[in-house]
Amino acid sequence: MNEVVIVDYGMGNIKSVQRGLEYVGATATLSSNPEVIAKAGRLVLPGVGAFADGMRGMEEAGLVDAVLRFARTGNPLLGICLGMQMLLEQSQEYGNHHGLGLIPGDVIEIPQKNGGHFYRKTPHIGWNALQTATSEDDWQQTCLSGSSVHEFFYFVHSFMAHPGSDTDLLAQCDYNGLPVTAAVKKDNVTGLQFHPEKSGEAGLKILQQFVSQ
Amino acid sequence: MRNIRLIARLDVKAPNLVKGIQFEGLRKLGDPNAFALKYYLQGADEIFYEDIVASLYERNSLLGIIEQTTDNVFVPITVGGGIRSIDDVAAALRAGADKVSINTAAIKNPDLITEVSRRFGSQCMVLSIQAKHNNHGWEAYYDNGREHSYFDVIDWAQKGEKLGAGEIMLTSVDQEGTAKGFDVDLVRAVTNVVSIPVIASGGMGKLEDITPVVNEGHADAVAMAHVLHYDNLTIGNIRSYCIENTIPVRTI
Repeated sequence: MNEVVIVDYGMGNIKSVQRGLEYVGATATLSSNPEVIAKAGRLVLPGVGAFADGMRGMEEAGLVDAVLRFARTGNPLLGICLGMQMLLEQSQEYGNHHGLGLIPGDVIEIPQKNGGHFYRKTPHIGWNALQTATSEDDWQQTCLSGSSVHEFFYFVHSFMAHPGSDTDLLAQCDYNGLPVTAAVKKDNVTGLQFHPEKSGEAGLKILQQFVSQ
Repeated sequence: MRNIRLIARLDVKAPNLVKGIQFEGLRKLGDPNAFALKYYLQGADEIFYEDIVASLYERNSLLGIIEQTTDNVFVPITVGGGIRSIDDVAAALRAGADKVSINTAAIKNPDLITEVSRRFGSQCMVLSIQAKHNNHGWEAYYDNGREHSYFDVIDWAQKGEKLGAGEIMLTSVDQEGTAKGFDVDLVRAVTNVVSIPVIASGGMGKLEDITPVVNEGHADAVAMAHVLHYDNLTIGNIRSYCIENTIPVRTI
């Protein structure tokens, strides 16, 4: 069963996500229909841009409840970039904003200062290698099960997820000495800070794992 | 660690990929999609398209080309040339672009930078600066290096960052298409004053050109066209050179 519904709430380059999923053999449909979303077999929550705009887009389209209902079915949910950050409880991006609360924790700004004087550029744009939270064994039974710590993925963000519990942290990357949350997972809900649909073959492999899980 | 991005730059006069010297004397090289796919398979970190005649909505325009590119190219794609409004940005993103690069419209209406950044995020807003040497530094040009803005490049880069640009595509018009190496002084002068990533463009001719622009110019990314289009080098050659010379890049 390779059918995936992509939540269309007006944010970001969702066609790339769709083409990436189709490339790995899935049937991927865009939808802003709450019933279709709540009853999907697999759901992808994409997004780029500001957190508040993303949540507002979801609320105005009446999709917050649909995504929460979907999450309760136990079917696989994948949040990408802003879609990953919205899985958390709240964000400090331009004020405090509530998220979906599917994963405990906050979204915080990437600190630019490193050791007092060195500047860490934001947005964090570019390719970075994943590190495991504890060991690669953690990635078994997840969409990272086909991936290794040597592979690079494309990141572009100025804020980062800070999960409340280390057990929900699946992978990090190092950004000029700062451990940045790259992937989170709690039960059937997975979030990726990087863009698997923009990370070449390594990224497509993750989408492949997601649709075949 | 900051990994230097290797970006393939494709100047397009639809339906063809073209290449000139200092933006003049354009030669047709072929189907842009075939080149984009080739560079993706070589391991390009990003694809940068520039519509040099800024004919965004005409038949067989760049937007149509991008829709095809995203069928089999899975790295970030930037589109520049002819982006003048929020609607143009939305159209580019709908076609499959991840970012837009804006030069002329930003010079004429700097507030557009802020509007694009607020609406789509700063990561989407690349300020394109075409720099030419003058007596006291560099001046920003537009219309493929033909028109004066009378803006000082350093001031304009700083202003662009303040207005919300997430990245700067910095092209040396003097070096563009010459394969004589990057204008390292220009790149350093800009990276010294902004905290957003800077892409150095214009002049890449041989492997050794990459070292000074990264180590002395502090470029965050390098864009290249000529050396790739004429098969003088591949992205793979360049990546291997970087790894051998401890320039941090993604390993594939």
